[in-house]
Amino acid sequence: MATYNLTVNEKSYTIDAEPDMPLLWAIRDFVGLKGTKFGCGMALCGACTVHLDGSPTRSCQIPLSVLRPEQKITTIEGISKDVDHVIQKAWIANQVPQCGYCQSGQIMSAVALLASNPNPSDEDIDAYMSGNICRCGTYPRIRKAIHAAAKMTTVEG
Amino acid sequence: MTAISRRNFIKTSGTATLGLWFGISLLDGCVAKKSIPGANNFTPYILVDSDNNITIYNIKPELGQGTFQSIPSLIAEEFEVTLDQVKILNSNGEKAFGPHQSAGGSSSVRGSYNELRKVGASAKEMLLTAAAAKWGVNVSDCYAEGGKVFHKPSNKSFTYGELIEEASKLDVPKDPKLKDPKHFKMLGKSMPRPDVPLKVGGRAVYGIDAEVPGMLYASVQRCPVIGGTLKSFDAGEAMKVPGVVKVVKAERKVGKYSYIGVAVVANSFWAALKARKLLKIDWDTNGFETFNSTDYEKKLRSLGNEDGVIDKQIGSVGNFTASPSNTIEAFYETPVVAHSTMEPMNCTVRANGDNLEIWASTQVSSSVTGERDGNLPALTGFKPEKVTFHEGFVGGGFGRRLYLDFMVEAVNIAKQIDKPVKVIWSREDTTQFGPFRPMTFSKLKGSVSNDGKLISFEHKVISPSLHDSSNKNFDKTKVDGSMVEGIGSQDYEIPNLKTSYVWADYHVPVCAWRSVTSSTLAFAHECFIDELAHKARKDPMDFRMELLTQPSDTKRILEKLREFSNWNTPLPEGKGRGMAQWLFFAGLCAQVVEVSYGQNKIKIDKVYAVIDLGTVVNPDNVKNQVEGAIIMALTAATKPGITLAEGKVQQANFDTAPVLRINETPPEINVLILAEGGEKIKGVGEPGLPPFAPALGNAIFAATGKRIRKLPVDITSI
Repeated sequence: MATYNLTVNEKSYTIDAEPDMPLLWAIRDFVGLKGTKFGCGMALCGACTVHLDGSPTRSCQIPLSVLRPEQKITTIEGISKDVDHVIQKAWIANQVPQCGYCQSGQIMSAVALLASNPNPSDEDIDAYMSGNICRCGTYPRIRKAIHAAAKMTTVEG
Repeated sequence: MTAISRRNFIKTSGTATLGLWFGISLLDGCVAKKSIPGANNFTPYILVDSDNNITIYNIKPELGQGTFQSIPSLIAEEFEVTLDQVKILNSNGEKAFGPHQSAGGSSSVRGSYNELRKVGASAKEMLLTAAAAKWGVNVSDCYAEGGKVFHKPSNKSFTYGELIEEASKLDVPKDPKLKDPKHFKMLGKSMPRPDVPLKVGGRAVYGIDAEVPGMLYASVQRCPVIGGTLKSFDAGEAMKVPGVVKVVKAERKVGKYSYIGVAVVANSFWAALKARKLLKIDWDTNGFETFNSTDYEKKLRSLGNEDGVIDKQIGSVGNFTASPSNTIEAFYETPVVAHSTMEPMNCTVRANGDNLEIWASTQVSSSVTGERDGNLPALTGFKPEKVTFHEGFVGGGFGRRLYLDFMVEAVNIAKQIDKPVKVIWSREDTTQFGPFRPMTFSKLKGSVSNDGKLISFEHKVISPSLHDSSNKNFDKTKVDGSMVEGIGSQDYEIPNLKTSYVWADYHVPVCAWRSVTSSTLAFAHECFIDELAHKARKDPMDFRMELLTQPSDTKRILEKLREFSNWNTPLPEGKGRGMAQWLFFAGLCAQVVEVSYGQNKIKIDKVYAVIDLGTVVNPDNVKNQVEGAIIMALTAATKPGITLAEGKVQQANFDTAPVLRINETPPEINVLILAEGGEKIKGVGEPGLPPFAPALGNAIFAATGKRIRKLPVDITSI
């Protein structure tokens, strides 16, 4: 058992937990943010994706012991104030989700994709997003929404 | 919940406003006489308070199939409110909402379309009558729009909230006037779904997200050999893990099966999961450790030689002079698959003496609180009125969450703990313990005349039985109708048809999976129709159309599919197309798949799907469902299924039990919705699934000359 200071969505949290506990469970059950999901526990499905200093990271694979307090953790709840990130707007405009369980992870990956590649091709999208599983099969809409977000970003400058 | 009659005021909690429920309460039997017509089991659906805050309940669990929008919109359309103006709440199995709070069989909209419109229409009429009386004007001069009643000549208005006191004193109209569909503002249009912003913002609450103060967490070790039983366990090492509170046995009931597992309860899920690995458990594998899928499949093949029980016979198969050269036989095999919902199985329970409170994602909210024998209270020894349930958004159903097994297990754990307990299944648990979609093997035989007409068709199904898995008293001498679904009831005019069933004993629990047995039988049936078309030297579309001389839904949609898919336009060298259609309890859909073939690899270029609905509520949502069903079917057709060796399921996480990823998804899926009217409304959630695998198989044949009769097929190596 040890004490950890985490910066999540620009807020500080102090929690007492085991050093090997994955960040995923710290976020869900200790910080109390449920938007980040448990899907597989083996970094195969992407449902647990958060940003660590802006980089997309599978939080089920990050034990608390490797984190430094100054590292900025961003979850789905923190990428926008009012569900109005350009990716989220594109997701709503294209009615992407079905059950929605994978979508936090999909969006976190898509946000990182657009940040690194403002105008991705279908091949770029497929390669980058292939770590995020959607059992409901919303992939055609995910592709469409990422293209739409890329266009919206260009327009908005 | 206290008895509410439809005309009573209720006080909304914490405020001085009054509210009016529209609907009847089954708790107050005498109100039944004045029930809203057609709404006997649809109870207080609409709540309006005097501040004009409107709530509409969704009684069909939202699994991603869009009921959170479609169901309330049936009411809202007639009630003259937009969904932006109302709060939508999912029901929680409350008795007042009746026994049909469930989502399955693609029946949510088609089973409630008119009834819910009547609920909205009668409520609106009561408000119009109340307004007219209050103004002293004719009702015919009043109309409702956007949550208000207007007086046409003077343009004065009341909000619904200002009218509820008067409206509550009125009789419920027995036969409310429903809108002419040409005046629909939302039904039939691709309206935005109100759950989408929640899901996009990470704010939708699923069963696994339940947060109950003071709760503990549990992880269960179940016998890896399916059918094994618990002899003893040593929790010594497990109890040493910091945070572990207790280790208990717990029974899980799945259909006719009962399994005892060992649950570690701890103050964090991580601690429970770690400690579970340290349990020393002595299982009795009861001989099931000798079971393996390879040998079982050999047994199924040999069972294909048995006659089985005849399900349907038309004409006289075999009693005519068909030349052997015009006859073909084939054997088709389709695998066991898991549902693999993204949200792993989970359930949170507080068992407090006689009282039970449950949080979970389910497809069957009424069964969690209901009074029947197979419902959760009876399975766990609680009185229905003592059970409170909280339904979340469901992170994938596909039939898996029609079953209560994971809830029964969680209740049995919680009964032994004096705090609330959240049981979470790992991904491996969710993959490995079933229940699963059963395999079906099919023996087919058919013949064509010299001029290429289909004369006879026999389809024998060899498989485990869904009814057997759920019922100890399964009659093996009779056909399990669910295992021969659709094979005797396509619209094809086949002069000599015989369908039959050979039951195979299988100790692994099996259950419904999206589109149930149609998901496997359509592959055998529609690929074999194609084999006969080839034998007859006919184009597969023409061959089928010759079997559809009378008007029928299938004839109508195949004509549309021919046009939609450009069937008549030849494809270049190296490409091929295949088609299939399937008619069953959930609905009707036909598809064409176009593929390219090169270097032994099949690439899916395009999919065309025509879905016949009769009436459509949300076209964009239908497209989403058909696209998703196709992708799910592609997974089932091309990825490893569930197999056992030494009695254990060999697949575990998404590495060994993969599902399709975005880079494996066809680049183009085109969906055409037919909403051409008719008395019957057809379903949306499942129909897109069965035709895909046979259309793919037939496309592969067209492109390569190779006939695929066994799934899964590795399309990267044909």
